[in-house]
Amino acid sequence: MDSAHSHRRLTQLLSRGSLTRFIIVRLAATGLLLVVLSFVVFALLHLTPGDPARNLVGVRNVTPELLQSIRDKYHLNDPFLTQYLHWLGNVVQGDFGESIRNNTTVTTLLSDRVLLTLQLAAFSFTLTVLFAVPLGIAAAWRSGSVLDRSVSAASIVGVGAPTYAVGLLLLYVFGLWLDIFPVYGSGDGGFDRWWHLVLPAITLASGLAAMVFKLTRTAVVAELNQDYVAFAQSRGLSHRQIRSLVLRNAMIPVATSLGLVFAFLFGGTILVEVTFALQGIGSLLAGSVTFKDLPVVQAITLLTATVIALTALAVDILYYVVDPRVRKRGMK
Amino acid sequence: MTTRRSLIPFVTGIPLSIIAIFVLASRWIVPNATQQDIMTGVTAPGTAGHLFGTDQLGRDIGQLAIAGASSAVVGPIVIALGSMMIGILLGTFAGYMGGWLDLLLSKYADLLLALPTTLVALVVTGLIDGGYWVTVLVLIMLFSPTDIRMIRGSVIAQTGRPYIESAKVLGLSRRRIMFRHILPNVLPVAFSTMLLNVAFALVSMSALSFLGLGVGPGVPDWGRQLSDSRDLIDRNWGSVVLPAMLIIITAAAINLLGDWLQDRFEQRAVQR
Repeated sequence: MDSAHSHRRLTQLLSRGSLTRFIIVRLAATGLLLVVLSFVVFALLHLTPGDPARNLVGVRNVTPELLQSIRDKYHLNDPFLTQYLHWLGNVVQGDFGESIRNNTTVTTLLSDRVLLTLQLAAFSFTLTVLFAVPLGIAAAWRSGSVLDRSVSAASIVGVGAPTYAVGLLLLYVFGLWLDIFPVYGSGDGGFDRWWHLVLPAITLASGLAAMVFKLTRTAVVAELNQDYVAFAQSRGLSHRQIRSLVLRNAMIPVATSLGLVFAFLFGGTILVEVTFALQGIGSLLAGSVTFKDLPVVQAITLLTATVIALTALAVDILYYVVDPRVRKRGMK
Repeated sequence: MTTRRSLIPFVTGIPLSIIAIFVLASRWIVPNATQQDIMTGVTAPGTAGHLFGTDQLGRDIGQLAIAGASSAVVGPIVIALGSMMIGILLGTFAGYMGGWLDLLLSKYADLLLALPTTLVALVVTGLIDGGYWVTVLVLIMLFSPTDIRMIRGSVIAQTGRPYIESAKVLGLSRRRIMFRHILPNVLPVAFSTMLLNVAFALVSMSALSFLGLGVGPGVPDWGRQLSDSRDLIDRNWGSVVLPAMLIIITAAAINLLGDWLQDRFEQRAVQR
């Protein structure tokens, strides 16, 4: 009786279109994606030309004993799958091995630098949302106006403009010529840190803002073309009432894509950190790649992938909860 | 609005043709672009006949930028072409045939889209140490999933149309329907997407050379020139402004043109 009941309850929970089923399936898919990605990231060690052990020695003197100790430490003589499982076991416990370039563990190296990258990402994300979303709404509302046309044209340029070129131009104009902002470095904490991050954050935000602007404008325009807006207008609803209706619906796709924008910020920080000589995760990755510091490269790639995959998962679930239409359609 | 938009081909055509001339004829316009003159060293714009000054090695910034056009533009064009060819071939098959190929391709696209392009391109090209053309190949692989998806979507949109039904009734072979009937209707969108991809690839390629990858040392290239200019920004502003503006203007012009074409094709599709 009891088991029958719980069985029925379970089938109900897992029935097509139920939230639990959706979450379970998406969790499984994300897990699978991460396993595949971790496998690829691990394989980087073997895809890099040359003997993996020698690559892990770096610039130290290559002695047979050292090579042997590295082979033992990284289990390089074991079959590929065993090596992978060993590595994955350590990674899950937060151990990515030791950096070749700096004589510390990858984990310490990352924890020293992750804060700056997070601050930069948060700063530019805030700038993006503050400027792009209101402008997108205004442009859609007065579509065809001077405001709409000029911001739309600027966004086409902004989407295409490479961050490092924009960054160096800003650096020259505001850092050297007008001498308002500091040129290099990340400041000594507190307000000074944020002051140093103004130019990098604007640089990173410029491309993103162009993207978010386009997205917001499209969403609002699409919503304004819906039948219910014409109906509301003919019923004589006030401008303000209609606006609140339209915005509430249009903001669903905007909010969900903002999640992904935030995740993809971590790709953009690489170039901005290198341009402004900031000691964050991005510049660490760029330096580690050229130096072939594989443990660090593996760690950063896998962490970024995990952050993006989890954000995508959260966004999907949120979308599902917020938008009843998606729920009704069920899973694709 | 419409009258102004019709100016876009001319407005973008002028800078693009100038850059095309640089690409095709730089070896005759600036035969000595990479000539070094250590004694001169860094000079500010306007000194001693150098309109944009010189870099640490005494190379003329303006000449170097003209010579760098081909490295900045040729690779991206090949990337956009290659990735669109893969997109058309696999996207048409996936869209028309469906089945396991469709599933496999969409999973591949999902996997690649799970990571930022910059990051994957940086890690892969950096670790395998390939030269310019290996970088081009890696970027083709990274660009193709979006093209496959786009073509697949347009093919599926065509498959439901009556003319395909009648072609089927007439007993035409699947290959004939796919490549003689569906493809011509998909090509306009493919072309404008390809143009947008050139701009995107230009930015990615020069980003990699900015990070010191893809282009060998000494080869003139805008991204490389920009990364060198970071150290002389206080002595020669021309070294930063010129390559930065060239990259931004080229990318923007191609983007505007691609955007304009896409709008036109969409309007034509709606009118039909």
